[in-house]
Amino acid sequence: MTRFFRNQGWVAGLFALFVLLFVLTKLIQPGYGSGDFGSLVRAVLPYAFAVAAQTVVVIAGGIDLSVAAMMALTSVTAASMMNGASEEYALFVVPFVLAMGLVLGALNGILIVVTRVPDIVVTLATLFVLQGAALLVLGAPGGAAADWLKASIVGTLPIPGLPDSIDAWVPKALVLLVVCLCIIWIPLRRSKLGLSIYAIGSSELAAFRSGVPVARTRIIAYALSGLFAAMGGLTLTMSTGIGAPIPGPYLLASVAAVVLGGVALGGGKGGLLGPIVAVFVLRLVRTDLTLLAIDPNVTAIIEGAIMVAVVMFGAFITIRGRPAGAMP
Amino acid sequence: MSSSATMPQPVSLGRRVKRFMADRPLVPLIILLVILVVILQILRPGIVNERWLANTVKFAIPLAILAGCQTMTMLTGGIDLSVGTVATMSAFIMATQIVSQDPAVAFLLAMMPAILIGLINGIGVGVFRVHPLIMTLGTSLIGTGCLQVYQRTVIASGAKIPDFLNWLGTGLTYGFPNALLLFVPLAVLIVFTLRRTGFGRLLYAVGDNERAARLSGVRYWQVITALYVISSLLAGITGLLYIGLIKAPSLSLAEPLVLPSVAAAVIGGTSIFGGRGGYTGTIIGALILTVLTTLLTILQMPEGARRILFGLIVLFVTAAYLRIVEER
Repeated sequence: MTRFFRNQGWVAGLFALFVLLFVLTKLIQPGYGSGDFGSLVRAVLPYAFAVAAQTVVVIAGGIDLSVAAMMALTSVTAASMMNGASEEYALFVVPFVLAMGLVLGALNGILIVVTRVPDIVVTLATLFVLQGAALLVLGAPGGAAADWLKASIVGTLPIPGLPDSIDAWVPKALVLLVVCLCIIWIPLRRSKLGLSIYAIGSSELAAFRSGVPVARTRIIAYALSGLFAAMGGLTLTMSTGIGAPIPGPYLLASVAAVVLGGVALGGGKGGLLGPIVAVFVLRLVRTDLTLLAIDPNVTAIIEGAIMVAVVMFGAFITIRGRPAGAMP
Repeated sequence: MSSSATMPQPVSLGRRVKRFMADRPLVPLIILLVILVVILQILRPGIVNERWLANTVKFAIPLAILAGCQTMTMLTGGIDLSVGTVATMSAFIMATQIVSQDPAVAFLLAMMPAILIGLINGIGVGVFRVHPLIMTLGTSLIGTGCLQVYQRTVIASGAKIPDFLNWLGTGLTYGFPNALLLFVPLAVLIVFTLRRTGFGRLLYAVGDNERAARLSGVRYWQVITALYVISSLLAGITGLLYIGLIKAPSLSLAEPLVLPSVAAAVIGGTSIFGGRGGYTGTIIGALILTVLTTLLTILQMPEGARRILFGLIVLFVTAAYLRIVEER
């Protein structure tokens, strides 16, 4: 029970931090309004999906280093398939790319289970492989995205019965993010499978002895991670209109947001809400730095330093919080 | 790799070969190297001559030194992904500072970021217990950001490659690359340190069983901090050597070497889980990879395919290694 409060307290604290940063942003730039919030959410989209991908795997007691490369591969695949194709063709591309993410993620899991090589090494190897595959699909940034896909994250969603002033604060991108995450996460969390994922992350041996199919659960966790990463890749293509074969800084960002979001790197603890709020916080910090007219390169350094500090803090908490004698 | 060729033979012999490979990992590696050179000679008759040999050695040396960083960190169960950034930084700083500074001052300035990044890595891994992969990835991001900021301050002053580095990187004396003058003592030093000194034994001890090492009085964080500083310093020196070879300072100079350096150490028989391996195997691993790269270039394999192959090599060799160790 106390853990429940502590976890929710962490998320509430993060949310308070977000609001505080928002007020700060408003102070720095009094004109910061709904339109800017919309572009913040658009910038958050790929990060949020990368974080979701990482969260599932970390809860299951693993780590997925191939998240960013997976996003690059799915993004270039989508962009090159939609290049010069009709608008309707994109209706086929989206499910295809999502299925590709699911399969490639499952492949990660299968490799880990079958070869018994630690997840960190397997996903490092698949990081290289996926990166190479992305380069094979598209040698240089290019491709195209269907117009309706691009339009689906721009602007706001009119909700009947709400005044325009509130409506303006509901960008389509936010709706898309919430819908995509909820469709997968809420049923998962309430199902036996979700419980199994938490169980193997908490203690693999205990889970095995209580009859949880450890191997299958792990494969499914990685498959879900691949699915989320594919969504992230799609949003990358949607927001830029092209695909870039070089992975962005999503790996470190995803790990940092997972740690900041209250998900223990050892596994078995935390939820999806915390990391998602955390990623909003991290992005808003970047916005603030930009608004303060700091050189974008310096911003990158500060951002990197914050992420490293967060990860260090998280690791420190993990060693402190581990009860004596519970060494794996 | 050569184990697949011995599969059809009777089991007892196969097991004996496996045992032999586990005991003397150098022999199959050298056989593999010779096979690759023979294939190259068959594909392009006459390519294997003195000049080719000198060239191969020249390009293998920077890779071998960086792979040395990976070998040492991997012995403790870690990895150093910041070597590419560190090498690039020191090379870039050297090339830009030599314009206005005394060579000795420029050298010291070039080594500063290496020491700093090594120190941060070491503290993060040793004191805060962040996973080395995440930690070094983070510092390499920060380093790249710093380099970009630095680049803008020196954009007007231009850059040049010091004659000495030019001589060291590309020059030949009696058909031998001058880089050997740097590499041979360095390699001897690393091999000697790993095999004969207390520090080397500590690295193996920490990697083999960290808890046992701690309980027997090893100060874990001191060993790790020293290790990552040394690793960074080696990477910095590699950067200087590499700029003499490539002769074009850029912000991503040594980045393409990171992945092969990990692969070289893994091929050379160093366990990515720590505690096993050595530097001689790594050197041959670097040679194998350099010859392999030539081979792939001749076969006109695109960069993407090369990355896929390297990723698969890391995965396959690690899995095979796990099998060999388990069987004993």
